[in-house]
Amino acid sequence: MNEKTSFSKRPGVQTLLVSVLCAAFGVFLGFIILLLMNPAHAVEGMGAILRNFFKYDNNITTLMYYFGSAIVKSVPIILCSEAILFAFKAGLFNIGVAGQYTVGIIASLYTSVALGWHWFFCVLAAIAAGAIWGFFSGFLKANFNVNEVIAGIMLNWISLYLCNIILGQETVMNVSKSETYDIAEKNASGLLPGFLQGVFGNNQYMTIAIPITIIVAVVILFVLNKTTFGYELKATGHNKEAARYAGMNPKRNVIFTLMISGAIAGLAASMIYLTGIEHYKISSSVPGMGFNGIAVAFLGGLNPIGAILAGFFVEYLTLGGQYLNTNYYNPQVADLMVAIIIYLCGFVLFFKHLFSQIGKNKAVKKEVQE
Amino acid sequence: MEDYVIEMLHITKEFPGIIANDDITLQLKRGEIHALLGENGAGKSTLMSVLFGLYTPEKGVIKKDGKEVKINNPNDATDLGIGMVHQHFMLVDIFTVLDNIILGAEPNKFGFLTKDEARKKVMALSEKYNLKVDPDALIEDITVGMQQRVEILKMLYRDNDILIFDEPTAVLTPQEIDELMKIMKELAKEGKSILFITHKLNEIMEVADRCSILRKGKYIGTVDVANTTKEELSSMMVGRDVKFAVDKDEAKPKEDVLKVENVCVKSKLHNKDAVHNVSFNVRAGEIVCIAGIDGNGQTEFVGGLTGLEDISSGKIYLDGDDITNKSIRYKNTHGMSHIPEDRHKHGLVLDYTLEENMILQRYFEPEFSNHGIIKKDAMREYSDRLSEAFDVRSGEGAKTVVRSMSGGNQQKAIVAREMDREHKLLIAVQPTRGLDVGAIEYIHEEIVKQRDSGAAVLLVSLELDEVMNLSDRILVMYEGEIVGEVNPKTTTLQKLGLYMSGAKRDTGKEA
Repeated sequence: MNEKTSFSKRPGVQTLLVSVLCAAFGVFLGFIILLLMNPAHAVEGMGAILRNFFKYDNNITTLMYYFGSAIVKSVPIILCSEAILFAFKAGLFNIGVAGQYTVGIIASLYTSVALGWHWFFCVLAAIAAGAIWGFFSGFLKANFNVNEVIAGIMLNWISLYLCNIILGQETVMNVSKSETYDIAEKNASGLLPGFLQGVFGNNQYMTIAIPITIIVAVVILFVLNKTTFGYELKATGHNKEAARYAGMNPKRNVIFTLMISGAIAGLAASMIYLTGIEHYKISSSVPGMGFNGIAVAFLGGLNPIGAILAGFFVEYLTLGGQYLNTNYYNPQVADLMVAIIIYLCGFVLFFKHLFSQIGKNKAVKKEVQE
Repeated sequence: MEDYVIEMLHITKEFPGIIANDDITLQLKRGEIHALLGENGAGKSTLMSVLFGLYTPEKGVIKKDGKEVKINNPNDATDLGIGMVHQHFMLVDIFTVLDNIILGAEPNKFGFLTKDEARKKVMALSEKYNLKVDPDALIEDITVGMQQRVEILKMLYRDNDILIFDEPTAVLTPQEIDELMKIMKELAKEGKSILFITHKLNEIMEVADRCSILRKGKYIGTVDVANTTKEELSSMMVGRDVKFAVDKDEAKPKEDVLKVENVCVKSKLHNKDAVHNVSFNVRAGEIVCIAGIDGNGQTEFVGGLTGLEDISSGKIYLDGDDITNKSIRYKNTHGMSHIPEDRHKHGLVLDYTLEENMILQRYFEPEFSNHGIIKKDAMREYSDRLSEAFDVRSGEGAKTVVRSMSGGNQQKAIVAREMDREHKLLIAVQPTRGLDVGAIEYIHEEIVKQRDSGAAVLLVSLELDEVMNLSDRILVMYEGEIVGEVNPKTTTLQKLGLYMSGAKRDTGKEA
């Protein structure tokens, strides 16, 4: 009875294997695309993407600098996927993360550039903005049974136009460059404090956003698995009726969950925009971060720590496109590969099923032979 | 030589940690009704899944008409003419009866459905076997009994001649059970061979020709039903003698614990009240039963009482405390325990482990949490203690995901949880639904113990045996109203039946 389940049969290990398989398959398909576009240089091209910033391995400072940038850029997608998986555990599909991320951009840039706030309050403003946006979805869901996907999509568009209007003002937008002002130039106190910049080749974008992201992931893991709140959320996610029977308050939990999810998305926006690495440009589509976060959440096996790895991997590939030789390839090939991997993430569950099926058949055969 | 249509010889099937079938042999004669009897977890469902191609056995052979066959998946089984009515129906709720019957075997010409032929065939079958269905009704609108007839028609439509019924009566009312028994006899007379999985002895005695008994994965024996008794069958099944009557002393009721005054609950289906002006009380130390045919407002009433549904008017008092508009959490923590009717919908979070389910209403109490953090050790200990005390069996103990446990053990887990929680009132809705005699005996004893230790018990049951055996007072509910109160000692089943069917009602409204 108490014999340990063998290593490869543990659910956690299986999820990891499946995710790795997905990623590998995506890279493989990407290679085929390179082959089709320009067979002669496909191997070299793939090598460049995978080798990425390691091409600077002769100069450790430069290498670390680009490594740092990759980490910095993977922060928002990781946090967005944390936001998504948190809501997902409670049975909610928070597609509104994109909009919650967008209002996070509004709050962090407006408070830092236009109002000249200290970074700490800018971050709080972004968190609050995301939470309020999440509250709208949650309120509609809890009280009027409006599907959170529908509410989320509508709120996404509202947030986009709000963002264009608010950040389009001359106090924030540098009209001549048609992007928002540098925070450093307008209000240096609005930038996040640095973090291990020395180690990463004096990369000025390395900030406390990195440890904060890791802390958020650990806290989510803790909340979901160790606390009564997490217990309630997961119970509601698995079986809402049983949660009601047990005396839990599903309405309150729905609102709380979406607010927390939104707050994490808002935080995600502040953690990238307050480093100064990105500027907002007037856009006609909702930032894709929230949507890519969905795929990353699944690629990471809906595990907060898995999301960190998956987020970094996806960002690594995206950056890899810059290292492609533009004589032979369009750098957007990397985007295409990322898109394929993201697409494949949808198959994670399928692979998982296939995998456990194969495992079963093997086990049966083995026993029969014995 | 006997004319066996299906033979399963020396079947062995193992799962991690358990041998579900250990060298089991089952031989089905042509045209017989063969009962397969065993407790929960005895391996009946596993054996049938092997026959149906859902599991591959490690050892043993299956023969059809004397020839060895390989059944690797349900399609193979269907090709051999084996059909199964599952315990939980496999129907698409928003499809019509006809669509459900042809689903998977749609008649077509060049990819276009030809439903008219199908309709003719279905109607002919329905006529022949007296299986009344409305082919154009949606599944969600018809009764459970009719859904089952649809399942049977599905098998007949596919020209199956070996029919497996997996605990078909668990979800039926007494009338529907009678109906089903007739249908099964009819089918056998027409030459169909029936395997009937059950643990209800009355049904076996009534309908089966032979009965094979399994216990804890082992084959115990096959008997001719005509030459046996209920007592013999049950002792073969459980491995010891079982009492059918519940041992209990005279109730010594004390003060009122539950008082219900003029409670009404609106119906979700129509404009009338599902529960209308219900008033009664339950005293400490007595078992009061609400009897009635399924669908006469019992579910809605219990919903209103426990807070799962809103009541539109009336008052509810628990131990003198007005709990009419109190939250479910308040009721849970102020002396109400509730064994719900639907263990999958309300009683359990199936994807949670056993231990997590054991603390479902208590996770926030200081015993199990500290500053919002769950005490895993306390949870584990508590779960192990309850499992031990109530004989809840599971593959991996407290860590077992409840979905993988057998129905009986799931129910026992709920019973254990609700009985162990501090309570003055125990509401038990269909507490023994789908359980075997051993477990039923056990749960009945526990309910009587609850009564004797001073709890008030409100039992809602569709099983008349249970109602008559267990209760101290019986209230009969018909169309949402209490139409009479009877004393189980002085009444008869016939009289109870008159109340239940609405043919008789007490003139005084205060039942």
